[in-house]
Amino acid sequence: MGDTTARTPAANPGVDWAALAKESVLTALVVLGLSVYMIGLKAEDVTGGLAIITRYDSVAIVTVLAFLLRAALVLVRSGVYLPVILVCGALAVAMTGLLGAWWATGEEMSAYLPFGDPVVNGLLDLMLIALAVRAALRLRASLHGPAKAMTQEEKEAKAARFVKNFSMFAGPALLAFALIYPFLPFVDRFYLDVAVLVMTYVMLGWGLNIVVGLAGLLDLGYVAFYAVGAYSYALLATNFDLGFWVCLPFAGVMAASFGLLLGFPVLRLRGDYLAIVTLGFGEIIRVILLNWYQFTNGPDGISGIPKPTFFGLPLVRRAADGGETFHQFFNMQYSTTDRIVFLYYVILILAMVTNLFTMRIRKLPIGRAWEALREDEIACRSLGINPTNTKLTAFAIGAMFAGFAGSFFATRQGFISPESFTFIESAVILAVVVLGGMGSQIGVVVAAVILIGLPEIFRDLQQYRMLAFGGAMVLIMLWRPAGLLAFREPTIRLWKGGGKPEPGNEKAAAEAGP
Amino acid sequence: MEYFVQQLINGLTLGAIYGLIAIGYTMVYGIIGMINFAHGEIFMIGAFTSLLTFLVLGAAGISWVPLALFLALAITMLLTPIYGWTLERVAYRPLRGSPRLAALITAIGMSIFLQNYVQLLQGARNKPMQPIIRGGFELMREGDFVVLLSYLQIFIILLTVGLMIVFTLIIHRTALGRAQRACEQDRGMAALVGINVDRTISLTFVMGAALASVAGFIFLINYGVIDFFIGFLAGIKAFTAAVLGGIGSLPGAMLGGFLIGLIEAFWSGYFTVEYKDVAAFGILVLVLIFRPTGLLGKPDIEKV
Amino acid sequence: MSDTATAPLLAVDHLTMRFGGLVAIDDVSFVAADRQITAIIGPNGAGKTTVFNCLTGFYQPTEGRLTLTHPRKGPFLLERMDGYRIPQEADVARTFQNIRLFSQMTVLENLIVAQHNRLMRASAFTLAGLVGLSRYTSAEKKAVEKARYWLDKVNLTDRADWDAGHLPYGAQRRLEIARAMCIDPVLLCLDEPAAGLNPRESHDLNRLLLSIRDEEGIGLLLIEHDMNVVMEISDHIVVLDYGRKISDGTPAEVRADPAVIRAYLGEEEDEELPPAVAEDLAAEKTHPERPGGEGA
Repeated sequence: MGDTTARTPAANPGVDWAALAKESVLTALVVLGLSVYMIGLKAEDVTGGLAIITRYDSVAIVTVLAFLLRAALVLVRSGVYLPVILVCGALAVAMTGLLGAWWATGEEMSAYLPFGDPVVNGLLDLMLIALAVRAALRLRASLHGPAKAMTQEEKEAKAARFVKNFSMFAGPALLAFALIYPFLPFVDRFYLDVAVLVMTYVMLGWGLNIVVGLAGLLDLGYVAFYAVGAYSYALLATNFDLGFWVCLPFAGVMAASFGLLLGFPVLRLRGDYLAIVTLGFGEIIRVILLNWYQFTNGPDGISGIPKPTFFGLPLVRRAADGGETFHQFFNMQYSTTDRIVFLYYVILILAMVTNLFTMRIRKLPIGRAWEALREDEIACRSLGINPTNTKLTAFAIGAMFAGFAGSFFATRQGFISPESFTFIESAVILAVVVLGGMGSQIGVVVAAVILIGLPEIFRDLQQYRMLAFGGAMVLIMLWRPAGLLAFREPTIRLWKGGGKPEPGNEKAAAEAGP
Repeated sequence: MEYFVQQLINGLTLGAIYGLIAIGYTMVYGIIGMINFAHGEIFMIGAFTSLLTFLVLGAAGISWVPLALFLALAITMLLTPIYGWTLERVAYRPLRGSPRLAALITAIGMSIFLQNYVQLLQGARNKPMQPIIRGGFELMREGDFVVLLSYLQIFIILLTVGLMIVFTLIIHRTALGRAQRACEQDRGMAALVGINVDRTISLTFVMGAALASVAGFIFLINYGVIDFFIGFLAGIKAFTAAVLGGIGSLPGAMLGGFLIGLIEAFWSGYFTVEYKDVAAFGILVLVLIFRPTGLLGKPDIEKV
Repeated sequence: MSDTATAPLLAVDHLTMRFGGLVAIDDVSFVAADRQITAIIGPNGAGKTTVFNCLTGFYQPTEGRLTLTHPRKGPFLLERMDGYRIPQEADVARTFQNIRLFSQMTVLENLIVAQHNRLMRASAFTLAGLVGLSRYTSAEKKAVEKARYWLDKVNLTDRADWDAGHLPYGAQRRLEIARAMCIDPVLLCLDEPAAGLNPRESHDLNRLLLSIRDEEGIGLLLIEHDMNVVMEISDHIVVLDYGRKISDGTPAEVRADPAVIRAYLGEEEDEELPPAVAEDLAAEKTHPERPGGEGA
């Protein structure tokens, strides 16, 4: 398990072989300890109980690899670049070739590779490439001499500028892309479905961003409001025969009321206490949905939830009551993708409403008070801001958007059950917000595409999907602890451009005195 | 009355598991102020390690129960903490000093990762195991209803109480415990007076993982069936227990664990099994509303 | 300097604050007049910040009464009000010993947030603001003007769009005062505003505080360790030690009070006393061990 902290290249490229041996052996021992049971043994189901099977070859390979990779890492650290680049590079090329051949021909190549599984081999390949690239970058930096090498602060400033520019221009570009997306040539039904899913999470992320990003309230039970919205719509639609657009506001109001109901007693709690209580609340809602059979139909869920209509025109082949349908009205050929395109635009509009609302409310007193509350609750109180009410509004508004998203989810799926509203959903939505960069609207989009879109597209790798998902969450956070696109645009400026001093990403050198 | 005693015994057994896991949460929270969401998975890995050890022992023909129990416990307590150590080293240490939410997200990420890692390597199916300790005392009887105190439950409660005593001694009597308490109060100052803070934090994770692995061992021998997902609910309940008892407080974690266990047992016994989680969380909310820092937590006077 | 006929703005009567067994403030009474600077001084742990925290609603006093006589709105019993309502309704503002700015928000935003309640009403609790009614836009413009006024006063106009956290220390202290003034207080409580300032900055601070008193016409309550600041600008000084009031009067009276001198000799910081007096009493008995302060 590697030491990921970056160190400055050693001035003197002498290799401390004793340290190398020590570190590598330790790493190998740890990996041996980790793998000797979990990888080395497997409890295999056999008739009448469990039998043990052993996989000690894998343990041996993993341990040796850990030793070698750690040693290579230490070598890079102590300034030995070329051999590492050559060896790792050569191995990486070889592995990539073999894996490519395996993939292209479908012929089993595992005889030449350390592991039997292509994905695990691919992972090793990636590690080799990363090592070679790291060594190459270090080599380049050392050739340019220390003068050229950027300091950590310069790097950060550069990254901040990039994020700022990206955030400014990516918004309109992404919106334009989103608008024409269904008509792009490569977009088939599958990609549309993925986009609808991603967009749902974007909306949820934007909604949660109000609570977590702006108001700084750690909500681990956001999915509860999503569930309330979904069930509100589903129950209204199936019991009272109401349409989507009629129920949508009601679902939002229901979710917001639940937000108030929960928020009122618990928002006095600070930080992690709030987190665990909201988590508990999420679980309570799920358990109730699961067990209140008469009302929610329990684990069987609710099915036959109607689809939304386009201003009263249903998107079906033939209207149930002999009425007019969408394609008849517009005189088009009926196509099942139409419905998905329509759903896509519905969620796009819902998400954009969430986004515009957030952007607008940030510039209003309540929005500024949320951010101030996130920064310092005590200072807020000293300025006469009522913390409880302010938090409650954030909580309720965030919940309301979750309610909207929930009713969309219900109408899209046509079927809902408590299984869709587990804690992992809350965690995923929170991850979208935090990975994107707290409070960053565009960050939510990028994170949702990475966390939701990519795993959907790589559904073939079924069994590794969630493993990679968890791993990616960890790696992205380690790489950018503040989130991918952490950038905050001030809500108001005194100097609207012009020659006046810009706010510093740079720290003020020294105060000249008043 | 008989029914009450039976639920009491069941609740204490369950509470032992929660309490042991809760200690890990509360210690980590005390020392670095983060919710180690992956702690439940450490418990699950502990349960799997125990299961694999029992299988290996079975295959090796070691069938004398006390020896098997001892070896399984020892190996579990030896191997599982490596996961706790690695977890801290890989996922949390690089983020010290970063926004707190970052560490929370890596913790959730690690939790998802470890669940799927075990699922991938050990399979998704339930793993059943034959009971190891059988029999027990008949405490009392009323008509057909027999209150049974099994040897297993005696073993579990003795083991838990013993571990908690040893653990309390470690915290209060050893240099490690002192270092730990110092880091809890002020990490910067602890470093200044020569305490190796990194090592202390690592050891905290190791100790927490060792206790969680015992909880996993107990879970296995008590319920006889495990899967890769058991860590989630147990982890959340244990965290609830830690908060209920007052997070950061070790006696609080134990008390909270037993309380949550008892609440669940009695709720299931007298009301409905389905809503036992609702009861546990509901009581947590009530306690926090009236005592915002938990039962044994220090009341924190707001520093202005 | 002081006008003898000034009305009492704040009356503290028999204030007592206990934390468990620890008595942080023990039966303290004093009066702060309108349009005057009242300083509370005392050794570390004397209970000064605790007095502030009681006044501004962060602590609920164990006993005693805190009456604020608002020049326009009439009397308020501060000890009965929720923390946030004291600035909101009774118009009492405060700053903090460890500066508490909204550090990731800009300087200007800090000052706008301080005008939250007025803007909330103008935005009809967000509804009017959402649809962009002119009532709100003009209210926001006025808020910016007020912010601008205070930015000019504390010399931060150029840096209005900086993140507050990026300001140097002295500027952060000034910003915090400006922010407190943006709520239009009738009483401004300053918790060690000169801490960490260099002599020049602390000189400027004196001027700022005097101008707040004279131009805004409000009362100031000041906790300060820097005796230069205290003696120079205070109209009235209250001395606390061990949570008790040991002296109360004009700077000259307090300076001459033997009880004050005795209290200060227990401290290691001898520069807090005029050296001549300190020498006089150097031989006197040192202070008994204190039972752990509240950490002022």
